[in-house]
Parts: sequence; structure tokens; C-alpha cells
Amino acid sequence: MSAGRRLLRVASLAAALGVWQLLTALDVTLWLRFEQFPTVGEVASALADRLGTDVYWQDLGSSLRRIVVGFLLAAVLGVAAGTAVARSRWAADLLGPLVEVARPVPAIALVPVAILLLPTTEQGIVFITFTAAFFPVLVSTRHAVAALGPVWEEAVLTMGGGRLRVLFSVVLPGSLPGIFGGLSVGIGVSWICVISAEMISGEYGVGYRTWQDYTVVDYPGVFVGMATIGVLGWLTSTAVEVLGRRVTAWLPRPVARGAAGPVRATGGAAPAASALRRTPAASPSPAPLGEKEPVS
Amino acid sequence: MSAVSPSTDTTTNPRYGAEPAPQTGAELALHGVLLGHPGGVEVAAPAGLRIPPGELLTVVGPSGCGKTTLLRTLAGLLPPLAGRATQDGEPIIRPGADRALVFQHDALLPWRSVRANVELPLAIRRVPRPERRRAAEEWLERVGLAGHARKLPHQLSGGQRQRVQLARALAGRPRTVLMDEPFGALDAHTRAGMQDLLVEILRGTGATVVFVTHDVDEALHLGDRVVLFASGEVLDVPHPRSRDARHAPATAALRRRVLDSL
Repeated sequence: MSAGRRLLRVASLAAALGVWQLLTALDVTLWLRFEQFPTVGEVASALADRLGTDVYWQDLGSSLRRIVVGFLLAAVLGVAAGTAVARSRWAADLLGPLVEVARPVPAIALVPVAILLLPTTEQGIVFITFTAAFFPVLVSTRHAVAALGPVWEEAVLTMGGGRLRVLFSVVLPGSLPGIFGGLSVGIGVSWICVISAEMISGEYGVGYRTWQDYTVVDYPGVFVGMATIGVLGWLTSTAVEVLGRRVTAWLPRPVARGAAGPVRATGGAAPAASALRRTPAASPSPAPLGEKEPVS
Repeated sequence: MSAVSPSTDTTTNPRYGAEPAPQTGAELALHGVLLGHPGGVEVAAPAGLRIPPGELLTVVGPSGCGKTTLLRTLAGLLPPLAGRATQDGEPIIRPGADRALVFQHDALLPWRSVRANVELPLAIRRVPRPERRRAAEEWLERVGLAGHARKLPHQLSGGQRQRVQLARALAGRPRTVLMDEPFGALDAHTRAGMQDLLVEILRGTGATVVFVTHDVDEALHLGDRVVLFASGEVLDVPHPRSRDARHAPATAALRRRVLDSL
């Protein structure tokens, strides 16, 4: 990304914070009431205090662990179930109706189920996080697998490949772009549900802490919680995006586009940083995407 | 009568390089075969067609007449609605590495590099990695793409992709190569070059080839014999694979006859 664009992004964030600071410092009341609202400075100092405490990092670790375990389970089982439903009529008949009935139930509405079924609160929260991501992953996998043309599969069959070879050399790689669509949606929904579940029944976690702060009228603390959730969500969804781009690097992509254009991963750097940078020369993939099509 | 199974004898064919060891092609035959998808249109295949080992048979007919269906049946992807398709006397009931299929539109796996695509039939046969890598390099060199091994299919031109498909089909050392209008989407100049390349790389493989095309000149240039799909007639080509014989009287007469039949 050019320095100018990076500057613009930073400026956008800074301007929002500036407006917030102005409105709250001046206690503006223009139908919206900002007099009780904490200022940026108050939130920043609350954040600085919290960063020095063990509790903050313990909460952060709990939430992260829950989302990672729940989401990974959902990714593996969702891809497996989606592939099975798309490839096998037997699996479609067996799992299809169950999925369609269970899917509309919001994951957070499963709190009673989780409490009844699972021995610990911790497992219940992971279960809800899992359920939230499972269905988007399953559905997008099912569509991606069903949309694969037959020609690649037939090519592998005529080379003597069997079912497993078709599955691992054609079906899974071919549906990865669609699967990652579902994973991106899934990680977002997972965050919503892990925070909600923590607010309802947690003992630790960012969501639990945020709700606690609200009940004791510690508004800067509530905003610290929100900012923490925002950053964690951003980091995890960026990690999913970066991984997705890397494993689908074979997709032909336009060389450059406007604001909504593809942001590509670079080697080594932290996920968040690399997602913001676009350096065509440093692509780790075997496909130099910036390269023009060779002419024979 | 046992079914034809995919050949897995890596021990008897220790070398998978581009210099082929002597090998015999398969004999293919059709016995009263009715082609088509269940519940769809039925087409009778040329009755009693027998393709001797090592022959290059071209099949001509208008688009949509069932030529591709014939190839899919010979490949084992589509069972005949009636009758039997056989390889060396045994019915073809499932696809196998014995019979490679080259598709009209490129069927390269887009997520695999050019080299990994060519290695695929060898990987399926569990040929050790160094050996299949070497074989793939040799085949890519033979089709003139030595410098493109690490590229992805979408980075190649249409003609280059079909060359990779040829290399991939032949790398598995099949006894039969089934080709479905492989050069149909190429411009005339590239197409002539691809025909010469095909003749060159088939030399010494001993493979039986069934080549489907709607281009009469291509059929008359490449084939030992030409099948007119609609009537089932099988005609001998006087001077197969000789560019100079294009205007020979016998070729011209055959060409008129084929064109009249379409």
C-alpha cells in the first residue's frame, strides 16, 4: 500500500477519535447525549491501567482460547459435513433435514441447551461458539463442493485415481475459495456469540468483564472491553483472510483494483500488518500474481 | 469374464521418462453399443468397430452427434446403454489409468503448477517423487514447456495448456489415449503445430489413439483410418501424417467423400 493510502486510513481513525473526544469533552447534548459518555482520554487511561493487570490478560486469553477451540472445531466439522452432504446422497438424506431445522436457531439461544448438556460453563461457551461458526462453514462448503464442474474429477478418474484421490486432489482444493467465504463469516459470528455467551454465563472473558463493568457503572471499562473485542475480532478475521488468500493463491486475480481490491498476504509479517500492505514483489506464493499472462 | 482394472504395475514399467520403453497399445472394440445418458437421447455407436493396437483412429462428425459420448464410454466414465465396449476383449466398466482422456477444454487442475499437473498420474500410481519429478521435466521438455514447470495453468496460453494436457496424458504411459477435439479451440497456426507435436510425441509409445474432431483436414492428416460417426463407415487414409500428401489425388478424393457425408 502506498504511503498516501496508509496515511488516509490512519487519518480516518484519528478523525473519528477526535470527534469523539470533542463531543464528550464539551458534554454536547444535541438529542444524542454525550455528558455521561467517557472521553477518549478516560478510556485510554482506563486501558493503560488495565493493560498492567493480570485480570485483563486472563480475560483476553480465556476469550481467545474459547474462540480458537470453537472455531477450529467448527471449521473441521463444518467442512467435513458440508462435503459429505454435497457428495453423498446418503449423507444429504441423513444430515440435510437436521441441518435445516437446527440452522435457523441462533447459537446464543442454545445457552439453555449448553447448560443442560455440558458439565462446565467453559465447555458450554465453546459449544455456542462452535455452533455459531459451524452452519456458515457447512453451508458454504456444501455450495462450493456442489458447484465444482465434473471435468477435474473425470480427469483424475481417467488417471486411475480413486475416491480419496478425487476428494483430496480435486474436491477440497477446488472448493477452498468458497470454504474460506464461510470461514470468514463464521469467525465473525463466533465473536458475537462468544461475547454474548460470556455476558450471560461466563466467569472470565472479555464479554464477562465488559458486562461486569457495565453493572458497576464503570463506563470507561465498558469501552476498554469494546475496544478489546474490536481488536481481537479484527486480528482473528484478518488471520482467516490471510490464510485464505495464501491457500487460494492459484486463483487468477486482477492485478490491481480500487478501494475494495484484493489485499494480499506477504511473508513473515504479523497478520494484521501484512493484510494492510500490498507488495507485489514479496508474494510467497508460486504464482507471481502481478505478472502478465505469457504470450506463446 | 473379468473387468478391466487400472494398471498399477509400477514394477514392470520401472521408467516413466519421456523416452518410452516399448509397449503395446490396447485393442478397443465396440459390440452393438448404444451411447447416451440414462433417460436421454440414445445414439448408436459405429457398429462392430475394432481398433487394433497402436492405431490412430480419427472420428469425424458434426457437433453434438455423440462423439464425446463415445469417448466417455471408451474411457469408462459412462457405461453403454446397451452392448459392450471392450479393451483387449474385456468389458470397460470403469475408468482406469490404462486409458487417458485429453479433454476439449483444459482439464488441468488450476491449483497445481504445470509440473504438479504432469506428475499427477504418476503420483496416483505411487511413483516415487524424484522419479516422477524427472519424468515430468522430461515430458515438459518434449512438449516445449521446459521453462514453465512452476507456472500455474492460468498463466499459460490456450495452446500451452493443451500441450501440458498432452504431457500429463502421456506421462502415465497409458495404452490408449482418447482425445476429445483437443485442438478445437486453437487458431489454425497453433493447431498445425500441435498436430505435428502430437505425431512426434506419440512416436514409440505404441499407444492406441482415438481422436475425435469436427475438422475434416485434421482427421485426414492424423488418422490411419477415419470413422464417419453418423454412418459408422470406416475409411482408410492413404497417406497418414504426411503434410505433403494433402493434395495427393487419393487424399483429395477421400476428403470429398468425407465432406459429402457430413
